[in-house]
Amino acid sequence: MSAVPVEWFLVLAALLFTIGAVGVLVRRNIIVIFMCIELMLNAVNLVFVAFSRQLHSMDGQVVVFFVMTVAAAEAAVGLAIIIAAFRNRETVNADELNLLRW
Amino acid sequence: MWIETGIVAIKALVVILMVLNLAGILGWVERKGSALIQDRIGANRASVFGIAAAGLVNTMMADPLKFLTKEDIIPARADRLLHTVAPCVGLFAVTVAFAAVPFGDVLQVGGRTINLQAVPLNIGILFVLAMVSLSVYGVVLGGWASNDRFSLLGGIRGSAQVISYEIAMGLSLVAVVMTYSTLDLQEMARAQGQLIGGWLPAWGILYQPLAFLIFFCAGIAETKRVPFDLPEGESELVSGYFTEYSGVKYLMFFMTDFVEIIAISGLVTTMFFGAWQVPYLQRDGFHFPGGASMLLPQIIVAVMQVLSFMIKVFFFCWLQIMIRWTLPRLRYDQLMRFGWKGLLPVSLLNVLATAVVALAVQG
Amino acid sequence: MSPVLFVILAAMLIVSALGVVLQRSPIRCALALVTTLFVLAVIFLFLDAQLVAALQVIVYAGAIMVLFLFVIMLLNLQQDVRAMAWLGARVVAVLMGSLFLLAAVRFFVYPLAPRLGPGMGGAPPEGFGSTEQLGQRLFTHYLFAFEITSVLLLVAIIGAVVLAKRKLA
Repeated sequence: MSAVPVEWFLVLAALLFTIGAVGVLVRRNIIVIFMCIELMLNAVNLVFVAFSRQLHSMDGQVVVFFVMTVAAAEAAVGLAIIIAAFRNRETVNADELNLLRW
Repeated sequence: MWIETGIVAIKALVVILMVLNLAGILGWVERKGSALIQDRIGANRASVFGIAAAGLVNTMMADPLKFLTKEDIIPARADRLLHTVAPCVGLFAVTVAFAAVPFGDVLQVGGRTINLQAVPLNIGILFVLAMVSLSVYGVVLGGWASNDRFSLLGGIRGSAQVISYEIAMGLSLVAVVMTYSTLDLQEMARAQGQLIGGWLPAWGILYQPLAFLIFFCAGIAETKRVPFDLPEGESELVSGYFTEYSGVKYLMFFMTDFVEIIAISGLVTTMFFGAWQVPYLQRDGFHFPGGASMLLPQIIVAVMQVLSFMIKVFFFCWLQIMIRWTLPRLRYDQLMRFGWKGLLPVSLLNVLATAVVALAVQG
Repeated sequence: MSPVLFVILAAMLIVSALGVVLQRSPIRCALALVTTLFVLAVIFLFLDAQLVAALQVIVYAGAIMVLFLFVIMLLNLQQDVRAMAWLGARVVAVLMGSLFLLAAVRFFVYPLAPRLGPGMGGAPPEGFGSTEQLGQRLFTHYLFAFEITSVLLLVAIIGAVVLAKRKLA
């Protein structure tokens, strides 16, 4: 990808991040909200890889490795919480899981 | 540049044709082989002009025609898009895995040395592992898209089984990668051409026997064949996750099964049994350990190597089919226990042992 | 790699990302996310990050998303009855999103562009993005983070098992 300037990747990643952020704000299903969070994490991964390629440094790709690992751990725990919440409240709609709201 | 693209296209075409044709032939081997094992005759009704060709006409002409002309039924409240996409995803994932498998050494034609591997990937094994892990989606989507309790159960069981055994498979591959210090399958195949002690071909099975066993078991579990075929559970779940499929889609699921068998056989052959290596055969002819040698033209050598690869792959496919008709089925909890508490610790120990031995040999 | 290819891949990425946000059925959202991850892995391959691309497919698309699909199938989630927030919330969210995007491009990408140099800094050194180089960097410079991450994964496994276990009432 040597004919494509790195700014294009940054804009693409920003667009992906925005789509994810809007998804978190707009969707009501908790699992879909979770998926939009994963989308945001992937946008960040794209930025890291693009810069790693630009600066010829492997550090960016190492960080991506760690981001993926942490995303995996977070997905596992988050989905376990969702399953536990579903067992108690029979719903995954964010509007209805509102016991802790004031 | 166009010549390079053409060569890659031809190689890819050759690989795909080999795989798909072998999948069809394996269907026949399965039916006739199981019939012989179970002391019955098997499929022999369909015939052309009175020639039944030992069931070949039935399995390779009549059956595909039947599947292709059957009505395509999608359950009423099923998701139409997912119902159609599921078999395609499964078949695509396992067929693409063959891009990294080498089926020969080199072919020297017209002053050009063509590497007989569809795509020379330096992350070869990881690519194969990635595509095998994508094949889960065929199962998952097939089970969900049928909107049917039994299919869903088969789909959940199937995907849980596949991802559990993927781990043991990956870990046994780690030991193999440690042995060869490369992820590229063609490099592994070439490294097995060396001779230990001057006379023994350095095939992978001599270095990693435990990894071979683990990989073979995990591979059979990945393909959801007996003894691990509870997701298909023919006597319990009707047809498991592909109950609601008919016609072409069922044929695609069926082919996915056989292409996966060929994939596992291909990988086992490449990593543990010398891939395309014929013992003592180098690029220019035979070089026996006593000093004698027999020079052969390169094209003959290439043909012999490709044939040896195909024979080895066919042997392992046949072995898997024989295993299917010999062993009883594992119960689901036995299956999961075997994967997590049996294969996984053993493969971890194998990695540890390989690391210790590698360090001892080096230092 | 040509700009044409980049535009095609970027379009596929955006379309599938929009699919994640806009689909009504959670399973289709998950599948759109798998497509997004796959296209992203292809982009990584073009950015000379081969191991990261393979890991993206194996870990993200092959394991994490399967976990998502498992949970959706386990809870048997059909199409969402109320998929999105009310119209006012949607309008405000899209507005804020676009403002954020414009601000990010204007205040982060624009000032950075002249300092970045053309054409992705030229050809990378030999073996860039390969497993050996990533492994070397990971096991020497980032060894502590690596070990801590393995502890983190252990904690996550135990946590997930404890949280999702059925309490014997």
